[in-house]
Amino acid sequence: MLDKSESFVTEDGRTIGGVVMEMQNITLRFGGVVAISDISFDIREGEIRAIIGPNGAGKSSMLNVISGFYVPQEGQVLYHGKPRPQMRPYEVARQGIARTFQNIALFEGMSVLDNVMTGRLNHMKSNVFQQAWWKGTAEAEEVKNREVVERMIDFLEIQHIRKTPVSRLPYGLKKRVELARALSAEPSLLLLDEPMAGMNVEEKEDMSRFILDVNDEFGTTIALIEHDMGVVMDLSDRVVVMDYGRKIGDGTPDEVRNNQDVIDAYLGVSHD
Amino acid sequence: MAHSQPAAGGMASLPALLHRNAKEFGSAPAYREKEFGIWQCWTWAEAEKEIEALALGLINLGVNEGDFIAISGRNRPYLYWSMVAAQSVGAIPVPVYQDAVAEEMAYVLGHCGARFIIAGDQEQADKVIEIQDQLHQFEHLIYLDPRGMRKYDHTQLHEFSHIQDQGRAAHDELIGELERRCAKLTYDSTCVMLYTSGTTGKPKGVVLSNRNVVETAKNSAEFDKLGREENILSYLPMAWVGDFIFSIGQAYWCGFCTNCPESADTMMTDLREIGPSYFFAPPRVFEGQLTNVMIRMEDAGALKRRMFHHFMAHAKKVGGRILDGESVGMMDRLKYALGDLLVYGPLKDTLGYGKIRVGYTAGEAIGPEIFDFYRSLGINLKQLYGQTEATVFITLQPDGQVRADTVGVPAPEVEVKIADNGEIFYRSPGTFVEYYKNSESTAGTKDAEGWVATGDAGFFEESSGHLRIIDRAKDVGKMADGSMFAPKFVENKLKFFPDILEVVVFGNGKDRCTAFINIDLNAVGNWAERNNIAYASYQELAGHPKVLGSIQSHVEEVNKSVAEDPMLSGCQIHRFVVLHKELDADDGEMTRTRKVRRVVIEDKYADIIAALYDGSGEISTTTEVTYEDGRKGSISATLDIRDAAVVSAMAHKVAAE
Repeated sequence: MLDKSESFVTEDGRTIGGVVMEMQNITLRFGGVVAISDISFDIREGEIRAIIGPNGAGKSSMLNVISGFYVPQEGQVLYHGKPRPQMRPYEVARQGIARTFQNIALFEGMSVLDNVMTGRLNHMKSNVFQQAWWKGTAEAEEVKNREVVERMIDFLEIQHIRKTPVSRLPYGLKKRVELARALSAEPSLLLLDEPMAGMNVEEKEDMSRFILDVNDEFGTTIALIEHDMGVVMDLSDRVVVMDYGRKIGDGTPDEVRNNQDVIDAYLGVSHD
Repeated sequence: MAHSQPAAGGMASLPALLHRNAKEFGSAPAYREKEFGIWQCWTWAEAEKEIEALALGLINLGVNEGDFIAISGRNRPYLYWSMVAAQSVGAIPVPVYQDAVAEEMAYVLGHCGARFIIAGDQEQADKVIEIQDQLHQFEHLIYLDPRGMRKYDHTQLHEFSHIQDQGRAAHDELIGELERRCAKLTYDSTCVMLYTSGTTGKPKGVVLSNRNVVETAKNSAEFDKLGREENILSYLPMAWVGDFIFSIGQAYWCGFCTNCPESADTMMTDLREIGPSYFFAPPRVFEGQLTNVMIRMEDAGALKRRMFHHFMAHAKKVGGRILDGESVGMMDRLKYALGDLLVYGPLKDTLGYGKIRVGYTAGEAIGPEIFDFYRSLGINLKQLYGQTEATVFITLQPDGQVRADTVGVPAPEVEVKIADNGEIFYRSPGTFVEYYKNSESTAGTKDAEGWVATGDAGFFEESSGHLRIIDRAKDVGKMADGSMFAPKFVENKLKFFPDILEVVVFGNGKDRCTAFINIDLNAVGNWAERNNIAYASYQELAGHPKVLGSIQSHVEEVNKSVAEDPMLSGCQIHRFVVLHKELDADDGEMTRTRKVRRVVIEDKYADIIAALYDGSGEISTTTEVTYEDGRKGSISATLDIRDAAVVSAMAHKVAAE
């Protein structure tokens, strides 16, 4: 096993660094329901880490624990080696964590550009009055942030819908806009909740391409939840498999694919 | 003879024209490209510097005189510079269609033996890497957009900007060599090699000399009085001769500015922002825009809709005549001016045609209704007839003599003659040098006196002296009863309906005509939405009974209009089928310039054609499709075959039946 701080180079030439986030014996309960029970795993810098599992396995809950939205009753989350206190969402964002949602959470009435600009909120210092009256640093700040946003728009190839209200966009594009918004915050850790859900084959291919490119270009660490096994196995460096709130597998895609527990969870086992 | 003429104004090559432009009006804009939401601009002086740096970098990389450099990507200033840089180091630029699948690309790159390839992005680079085992002469690939390329093995790959940097660094050592090579370029050196898409057989490499390009640019620019102030939007494939002439030939000759859109999808927005003064588009673009306008008007409020239809009716009456400078009554003119203020002006602005002075369409016949629509708005849209082998121009419509059914008079210095069988021949300074490595085809197309066969059949109208094209000479045939079969004639009538995208009519040697129809997903999809018709795919929508019903009514309407022409009344469509997939260049069913390849379609869909003629009511079929990344799949469908009512035009025909 690798040491926590050790880094290594993957076959395709990417450098995977030390552990940035570590889950230690996480248990999360909603009343009597145990959503997650005693799960431990880590996320290394620069890797694509997938969490998979059948419906109701507790994947989204896990992502919400990672993002700090849920606080587990037991266990702790170490971020950069330090236990993480309870935080408000904006505090999480300031720590360099951004996410997308399973059921797209964009501002429907706003244009794509404005939506993506909201991702820059934490990078803006001027207050609402300066912004409204275009005073002080507001203008320079807007230009600077717009440039970052434009790079993301270019990166995700959504130039043609820059000024289109989000409500008029098809599902696949909305997903991409959401990714653009998350990326424009320039996160060090990006959480993707089912980025391919409801997409057709072509859209999935595009999205996979973008996820790999994000990881490659910006060195962003990515944790993602996904249903589509093919996509997960192709994209990720390591996979955590969950079933009924428990961890039943953890390792490289190949290791996971040959894990009997995982096969049973996905294909079912006969009980006779 | 044209061949003994010296170079026009001493300008024998593109680098020479570039140098003149940079010296005479170096601070005027030469290139614009929208990037990161802002129009970036390069002046002629800056463009010359960029091209010089690239040229030096190419020499540094080992490009020799006479090498072929393939260029593949969407329209970007950098790629236009690549073509000029290639020429200035004595190499021959070969632009290739960026949407070509790997096999097609392999053929072209292998045929010209390109040692160097300049690719726009990772997608293009991947295709080259995929086929590099088949390319024996390929050595280096230069890519423009570094995105996603970091992990690639860089022994043969180079980033565009690095090549330029290396060129700048080696300026002092290599500038002498560059100047020496530039000075060697003559009027007869090869300017560019373009592959014709070809509706039959393998693509052929058309070699065009500097004389072809510069003379053609000069003549056509004078014909339309193009000057330095023009703005064009370059969005058509760089591998197509038209784009080469407009964006390089004429742009360098006149010194006007070439604007590149941000991406293929933003073309309409960019068109509106640039407001070109000189514009070229195939009929498809105009059709698409008109369809869009009509769809949007359907959704508009009642007042706007009524205003639109009222003033459009007036424009139809007098707009074209005003544009042609004919006499129009005072009241009509006043009403047209009011319409311009309320409807035409804003509409033109929305379409991006607010500043258009000269617009051309070519490549396919344009529906007269579409053509008249734009002209009635006051847009000086004209038609031209040309081909790669002629460096575009064969005939052009002069201002004031524009009609939908002709393609104009011979362009300056172009001679046109009609052979006995109706085939059109031409001879001009733009006549191509040869088909590369294909002397047999060269000899078959161009005779010893320089006359080139176009493969199109046509005639000069006696009254106006304008050329009229009937059809591809080989497509015009005879029906079983001996009457003329001209599929284009019927297809074009059908394609005017906004919900029909493509039509292929069959009937050569048969007793009646049948047709394949592709619906326009845009228009039909919008209609379905407004009528609460749910559909999951193109295939499902195309097979919807209501869609079939409305297509049938269009076919019957066209049959009525076809019946009015005594010569062609036999071409009425008796039975038709709405295809379950769009005809696609990736499947070889169309050329990259979107012309239908009849032979391929007849072969591929033989089962459906058989069903059209054997009277069956439906047909189950499986069709192979090629995805954009080159993988293959298949679609299965059961298609309804519909009978359309035909009009019996001639009494004796009825009696015979």
